[in-house]
Amino acid sequence: MSADEDLLEDLLAGKHRALARVISKIENRGPGYRDLVSELYAHTGDADVIGITGSPGAGKSTLVDKLAETYRDRGETVGVIAIDPSSPFTGGAVLGDRIRMASTVGDMDVFVRSMSARGTLGGLSTATADAVKAMDAFGKDKIIIETVGAGQNEIDIVRTADTVAVLVPPGSGDEIQTLKAGILEIADVFVVNKADRDGADRTVQELRDMIQLDEGGGMSGGAGGGGHHSQEVIDAHDDWDPEDDVDEADADAERWTTPIVETVATRGNGVDDLIDEFANHRRYLVDSGEHAEQVRGRYAEEIRTLLREDVHAMLEDRLAAAGGVDDLAEAVRQGETDPYSIADDVLAPVEACLEDLEIDDR
Amino acid sequence: MSSEQEQESIRCLVAKVGLDGHDRGAHVIARAFRDAGFEVIYSGLHKAPEEIVQAAVQEDVDVLGISILSGAHDTLIPKIMDGLEEYGAKEDTLVLAGGVIPEEDREELYEEGVAAVFGPGTSVEETIDFVRENAPER
Repeated sequence: MSADEDLLEDLLAGKHRALARVISKIENRGPGYRDLVSELYAHTGDADVIGITGSPGAGKSTLVDKLAETYRDRGETVGVIAIDPSSPFTGGAVLGDRIRMASTVGDMDVFVRSMSARGTLGGLSTATADAVKAMDAFGKDKIIIETVGAGQNEIDIVRTADTVAVLVPPGSGDEIQTLKAGILEIADVFVVNKADRDGADRTVQELRDMIQLDEGGGMSGGAGGGGHHSQEVIDAHDDWDPEDDVDEADADAERWTTPIVETVATRGNGVDDLIDEFANHRRYLVDSGEHAEQVRGRYAEEIRTLLREDVHAMLEDRLAAAGGVDDLAEAVRQGETDPYSIADDVLAPVEACLEDLEIDDR
Repeated sequence: MSSEQEQESIRCLVAKVGLDGHDRGAHVIARAFRDAGFEVIYSGLHKAPEEIVQAAVQEDVDVLGISILSGAHDTLIPKIMDGLEEYGAKEDTLVLAGGVIPEEDREELYEEGVAAVFGPGTSVEETIDFVRENAPER
């Protein structure tokens, strides 16, 4: 425990090795990791967290590299968490994003950490959220989470970010792709990277059409969005019925029109524009009150995930006590019983205990 | 509580340092480590010693495998070891060297803190077994 206290102290003092160690503990779920993370909360809340996702080969790592470089030029420190998939068979992984982080090597104020999916049950998104906290407590100004946009799991991860950018490479399919549910829906900013390639204009147009559909047939032109001058709106219309006025301002503030930024990450083109949009979105979040809601939602999810993990572990113990899942599964295969009956049987004593507890409480 | 399931995985950095541009061996090792269930971070070609140190520290790897074919191992590897020491990472990182390293140079590398040298013809199984047996307990 005291070793962990030292570790926490070193992390808060800005020692890189301590930050690296804390993230390892988080990933390994080693003994005492929960106490460590719960200590981190008191020191978090200052970092802007940006999620970057998109299909493999969209140019995420190169863009992240340029973003990190630009933030560093502006005097800000950067943490990067790069998520790669792991083998479902061996658990092994090749974590390859670091290789493209070429502009910032030798600069310890860009802290890059690769993570892979270990374990299940939202374990990766919990680990990612905790690693973000470690970097935040360490004092990073900007934290970038980079993940391959390949599934629901990824969506959970980028949701730990305040602002999510989805990279859409030119020519990524016909227009029906933009109608499908999933990764595109979570974007706060669209990035058409490799914008110098054929088909970039068409991709931008398709995204624009999609955004307009979202807004119920193109009510808003898309330029600017209202969010960040709600106070000006109120000030400018003093003669209005105050109640209408507030409604108007609120309605305005609630609308964030997803911007489309074109970049050529390999040359750094468009990176400044993208950073501006991140800042705009941040301002919108705070002004509209959405940020508070977002953070609240995130903590609610963390509480649920922790409870779910604990309950899950208790159930695994129950299952082991009931003779292990293999025998039960075999019984189902033999047609002797079914999964629903087994679940009822295994849980009956737990339910009875909980009922007893409630009675005791009264 | 009992529900905390540890999920440890051996983390390795496979590094190419200096001017040599041949990384087929490094790729083979990276793939073999992956298939052994390790988490592998590959550095890419032409890295300076300080870049390798930065990656090893930030990624908190258990194992650092340096592949070197250029003959510059006797200058580059000590630089990496010094860098690791600076960050307090030398003690508990298992450092391996691979590639073309003459027999007579090996003793010096061991003195620097390299745990093993795997020359041409070493089987990947041998390397993996060595890592499993010697990866530091933290």
